[in-house]
Amino acid sequence: MFNYNVKLALKSMRRNPIMTSLMVAAIAVGIGVSMTTLTVHYMMSGDPIPEKSDVLFAVAMDSWSPLRPFDEDYPERPPHQLTFHDAERLVEMAQAKRQTAMFESSLIIEPDGQDELPFEAGARVASGDFFAMFNVPFIYGGGWDRSADESRASVVVLTRDLNERLFGGEDSVGRRVTMQGRQFQVVGVIDNWEPTPRFYDPINGGFQEINEMFIPYSLTLGLELGSTGSDWGWKSEDITSFEQWLNSEALWVQYFVELDNPRDRDEYLSYLNAYVGEQKKRGRFERPLNNEIYNVMEWMAFHEVVANDAKVLLGLSFMFLLVCLLSTIALLLTKFVGKTVEISLRRALGASRRVIFKQQIVEVALIGFAGGLIGLGLARLGLSGIEAVYDAPPGLVRLDWVMMFSAIGISIVSGMIAGLYPAWRVCQVPPAAQLKTQ
Amino acid sequence: MLQMTHIQKVYRTELIETHALRELTLSVAPGEFVALTGPSGSGKTTFLNIAGLLESFEDGSYVLDGKDVSRLNDNERSTYRNQKIGFIFQSFNLIPDLNLFDNVDVPLRYRGLPASDRKQRIENALEIVGLASRMKHIPAQLSGGQQQRVAIARALAGEPRILLADEPTGNLDTAMAHQVMDLLEQIHADGTTIVMVTHDPDLANRAERNIHLIDGRVAADELVFAAREPVPSMQSETGELLAAQS
Repeated sequence: MFNYNVKLALKSMRRNPIMTSLMVAAIAVGIGVSMTTLTVHYMMSGDPIPEKSDVLFAVAMDSWSPLRPFDEDYPERPPHQLTFHDAERLVEMAQAKRQTAMFESSLIIEPDGQDELPFEAGARVASGDFFAMFNVPFIYGGGWDRSADESRASVVVLTRDLNERLFGGEDSVGRRVTMQGRQFQVVGVIDNWEPTPRFYDPINGGFQEINEMFIPYSLTLGLELGSTGSDWGWKSEDITSFEQWLNSEALWVQYFVELDNPRDRDEYLSYLNAYVGEQKKRGRFERPLNNEIYNVMEWMAFHEVVANDAKVLLGLSFMFLLVCLLSTIALLLTKFVGKTVEISLRRALGASRRVIFKQQIVEVALIGFAGGLIGLGLARLGLSGIEAVYDAPPGLVRLDWVMMFSAIGISIVSGMIAGLYPAWRVCQVPPAAQLKTQ
Repeated sequence: MLQMTHIQKVYRTELIETHALRELTLSVAPGEFVALTGPSGSGKTTFLNIAGLLESFEDGSYVLDGKDVSRLNDNERSTYRNQKIGFIFQSFNLIPDLNLFDNVDVPLRYRGLPASDRKQRIENALEIVGLASRMKHIPAQLSGGQQQRVAIARALAGEPRILLADEPTGNLDTAMAHQVMDLLEQIHADGTTIVMVTHDPDLANRAERNIHLIDGRVAADELVFAAREPVPSMQSETGELLAAQS
């Protein structure tokens, strides 16, 4: 019967192509707009590392001013970056399974070729655990180990793009790159890796491209690497040297740990509390004890990676879909009124109201399906527009299979919902009256 | 085959009540060919709609092919209608964008018959009405008489126990009307019960029995081909109607 209903629905759609086109267009526009915003929302709010998001934790310790909280709007929240020296100490103590301190910086690369000019490249200064913690994929080599951190080895991991630029995409492991007058040995080249959002550093932009290379955190002092990311300070300090800056109360280092289970999490929090207790004895951390660790999704929510504006926009776009559906309902009512004679005939020939209702629902589901297909095309256009307008990283806002099936599903369900009332109405028409008026 | 007893049907609006059928009692035996006549508003169509389970009624009882169908729900009525009743309408009521095969197929689809069974029934039915060679045509490619024959084929394909025809020749010229009547007589001769509403006395006389309705009641009920004597109406127990007729 389903196939028969599909056949009848296609005939009915062809019978009045203009009205069918209007209904399909109304659903397509609604789906196009709502799926564009939904896709953006989905990409922004998705779990960027589902296999580990519950074992990776960002660390926050309240070393802020005793006179006022870090965030007046959320006074219970500690600042979410650490001082350099606290982070360095935590790395040294290595109390977690894995840990990394990190910040954004940049270095001047001096290419070997005579014709090429030096250029600046963004770098993530991090501990060697970074790569294993965040499941960074490599095409050549790998990350550096803790001994390289400890020995302050001049090693570098390149992104695929930077390796392409410097070495034409060849396996460059073991080759050298000159930066800031120092030779760095390439130990690895990472494959395409675009965690979305960039969960490990939402502070400096959850939707930025990843840095072009990675170098050890332990080189910060030697290379006098400044942060190109956010830094916050509350204390008036007399800083005249880089070393004094590193030992200041300025907060500019992000810190992540990997903890396998709740017990490890509790133990790590106890460790942090003990560390802060020790620091309090030295006159630091004057605010009440307030250490927090956040798993990845908590960290995303903490930083409102999905802005409230985006949520409002999502709501508005679904309101727009609703308006489109109301238009579709009006069109369906008109269309179905024109079908009362045929429906009355079918009723006379043995179709129950239920059978007729199903037949109409199949038709609106098909209209929804067609609207969904066209809506997908419109959503693609919309996403391309967003990518162009906001200069988003390639692939940030893409329609994956989940979103495609969702679009079609939402469209079909929307069509069916729009068709419920018109279908019910047409089933209530007394067949005898319609047949006699013919 | 069909037994209606004291059927009451009232159409109500905010302003008026119209009594379409008043205590109508009427029966049709299996294999009969009954013509139903009467002036406009006499209740012919209402009777046909109730007989065809297309309308409900306020009071009385209705037994069709041995089953009391007075209080069936919509699903049961539809199923029973599909299995027992064939309709022939004045305006043919073919679906314009379906070919003849698919038009005849409509009631069979709702019966849930397998495709091969449906195909055989459709071909047989179109064969009977002489349109087997045109089963891929659409209704607009046929004359009025041919369209009505398709409608008859559609009614026959379901092998109904009773055929209800509402002015089946009303939209046809005389020649075509006679062709359609010939066909109905043939179908009747094959054993199908037929109840036909008509305004045309000549056509009514081709039936076995004429029932005349006035104001929702049976005013006369007579055999045509047999003794041509009035058959006492079940309502004539009061003697009023027969007295009025005489």
